[in-house]
Amino acid sequence: MIDFGLSDDQQALQRAAREFLAAECPPSLVRDTAKQPDGVPRALYAKMVELGWMGLAVPEAQNGLGLDTLALALVLEELGRVAAPGPFLSTQLVIAALVRAGTVAQRREWLGRLLSGHAFGSLAYLEESDRHDPAGIALRARRTRGGYALTGSKLFVLDAPGADLFLVAARTRPGSGAAGVSLFLVARETAGVRVRPEETIDLTRRVGELTLRDVTLPATALLGGEDKGWRLLERLLDLGAVGIAADSLGGAERALAMAVEYSKTREQFGRKIGSFQALKHMAAEMVAEVEPARSLVWYAAYAFDHRPREHARAASVAKARLGDVYARTARRAVEMHGGIGFTWEHDLHLWFKRARWNRVAFGDPDHHRERLATIDRY
Amino acid sequence: MDLSYSPEERAFQREVRGWLARSMPKREPDERPLDFHDPRRIARGKAWQRKLYEAGYVAMGWPRDYGGQGADVMRQTIVNEEMVRVRAPGLIGLMGIQMVGPTLIAHGTEEQRRRHLPPILTAEEIWCQGYSEPGSGSDLASLRTSAELRGDEFVVNGQKVWTSNAQFADWIFCLVRTDPDAPKHRGISYLLIDMKSPGITVRPLVQMTGDAGFNEVFFEDVHVPRANLVGGLNDGWTIANATLFHERNMLGSTTRTQQVLQGLLSLARAHGRAGRPASADPAIRRRLADLAIRVETMKLEAYRQLTDTLRGRSPGIAASVSKLVTTELNHDLAEAALDILGSYGPLARGNRRARDGGTWPVDFMFTLGLIIGGGTSQIQKNIIAERGLAMPRELRA
Repeated sequence: MIDFGLSDDQQALQRAAREFLAAECPPSLVRDTAKQPDGVPRALYAKMVELGWMGLAVPEAQNGLGLDTLALALVLEELGRVAAPGPFLSTQLVIAALVRAGTVAQRREWLGRLLSGHAFGSLAYLEESDRHDPAGIALRARRTRGGYALTGSKLFVLDAPGADLFLVAARTRPGSGAAGVSLFLVARETAGVRVRPEETIDLTRRVGELTLRDVTLPATALLGGEDKGWRLLERLLDLGAVGIAADSLGGAERALAMAVEYSKTREQFGRKIGSFQALKHMAAEMVAEVEPARSLVWYAAYAFDHRPREHARAASVAKARLGDVYARTARRAVEMHGGIGFTWEHDLHLWFKRARWNRVAFGDPDHHRERLATIDRY
Repeated sequence: MDLSYSPEERAFQREVRGWLARSMPKREPDERPLDFHDPRRIARGKAWQRKLYEAGYVAMGWPRDYGGQGADVMRQTIVNEEMVRVRAPGLIGLMGIQMVGPTLIAHGTEEQRRRHLPPILTAEEIWCQGYSEPGSGSDLASLRTSAELRGDEFVVNGQKVWTSNAQFADWIFCLVRTDPDAPKHRGISYLLIDMKSPGITVRPLVQMTGDAGFNEVFFEDVHVPRANLVGGLNDGWTIANATLFHERNMLGSTTRTQQVLQGLLSLARAHGRAGRPASADPAIRRRLADLAIRVETMKLEAYRQLTDTLRGRSPGIAASVSKLVTTELNHDLAEAALDILGSYGPLARGNRRARDGGTWPVDFMFTLGLIIGGGTSQIQKNIIAERGLAMPRELRA
């Protein structure tokens, strides 16, 4: 029997997350966090740790809650709804990498700290080429007697300013293909590591440049097999894509709700502007895009755990669509607000700008459309 | 969440797949649903539906007493999926099966159900819909076709328009005004009228496609037994809305959309542009992928709605969203095909250089008709905004 809906537990999680974040993560917190150098709202994250969210999708045997990717996506949707700042998703990716491929020693060193909010993670894979395929990984990792030496720059590193642990994709064998890509755990305090925050229009997220200059790592810093990191990296990028898609869904719903709400209070020409068909139709078009997109997020999250042959395709489908839908919805929501929506004072631009970063994070819509075309052998 | 079939469902799926492999009629080069004009096609359409029905694959969820099987929604879903997979022809009696049938099950009298439901399933009786009038399109409730109650009979006078399939339909479900003095929504009744009744004239209207798929239907002193009234006298608007809901579901179905997408992808692989298959062109690939993603969205959305139905949850405005999105999507698919075809795109049916029998430009036009029919996109948007988002209602006369 096909059951494409949330269980009672999942709905309870969704409700609890929504209520918690409505209370704990108002727009004022988002704005305050934007002024902090590392972009981590510590008090909020301490409470998220208490709720067990950092280990939501981590097996119970490793001190997590043992839930699945769908549960994680539901929480990410709620985080997107409030445009929550901080390195939640990035840390989830590093945690997922450790759970899937980490050695006992690596997990012992890092997992506890990441689950308890004493350390945050960040995935560093993009470079100047801005390519999301294996050819984008050019940073060299040289073999040394005791391990590896890494030199080069990673750009657009999501949540880098607040991260304590980087998962760095590097090339251990020359070339541009998938073979030769390796993943390394690099602590921020390692000699030769420098993080420079990049300014973006998005006040709700932080990105940065990670520069590695002759960073010497022990052999135990390698996560997974040497030269064989691409498969895991691709899986992490898919998880990131699903996560951003879920965040985008929540953000789009919020932008839509704000616009509809405003149209019911603002009056012009002696009537509520929401009674004009021009606005009604704009709102209806937003609904017609946002509501069905939820199914894509659910399916991509479900497939990530249960449909190994379809999860990459489903992640690309969800990421491409939600990238478009969120950006369009936020743009229309601003328009429905009129002049007030264009001001710094009104909160709507927080979502409008987050939509731009969400659109490109883990591959923009065109990247994922091309990937789908390749998977489906057009 | 569980998207796998049970062992019984998988066995049933194999059975359906095997049956379709043995029983599918030869594909027609020119095949569009809801558009029958050639008598041979009508005969073939009826034979195909009858065959499907005898195999037990039509309206399986209907109660046993009326020719259904009382089966769960999953079985019908499996049949529909398998029909998509092999691009099986659609059902000629779709308006009976999807619109008036469910309405009679919910609101009809026992006698009406027993009389009308079984021949709907076997395609022995084809139905058409008498809603729109020349002066009443989007403002449907302003309709003026009158039905005067005289003893045990209604006497119907007036005109319906855009009546698809009236040229061969046996019955029409019809909205008529039974109280001209009441506010417009409260003076309407829902009648079942035999198309062979004296006083009915059907005049074909030629559509943009060149086909005479729809008609004008004139009623001149047409006598209809009172027993053919569905629901209460002057209570037809409620019933009409129940049928409109089923119509939106029918038009919002992605069954055909998925088939058309497969056809579009085949076309893109086969048709050359600038010395290579169109599907190798990066811009076309992205456009195709975008369309595929939109199709996938609505396919998964249908599963979500199916689950809501199984859990007994009200669908809300989901049918309006599906109607709006899917009809626009069908049109966009056909438009993409025309663009891929370049100069070959506008070649008409019958032209020897036309690709896929020249069906794409016809489909391009036909699908625009479905954006307008069944409540225009603009009407669906009003429904979504007013009923779904509770935005302030328009002042209405």
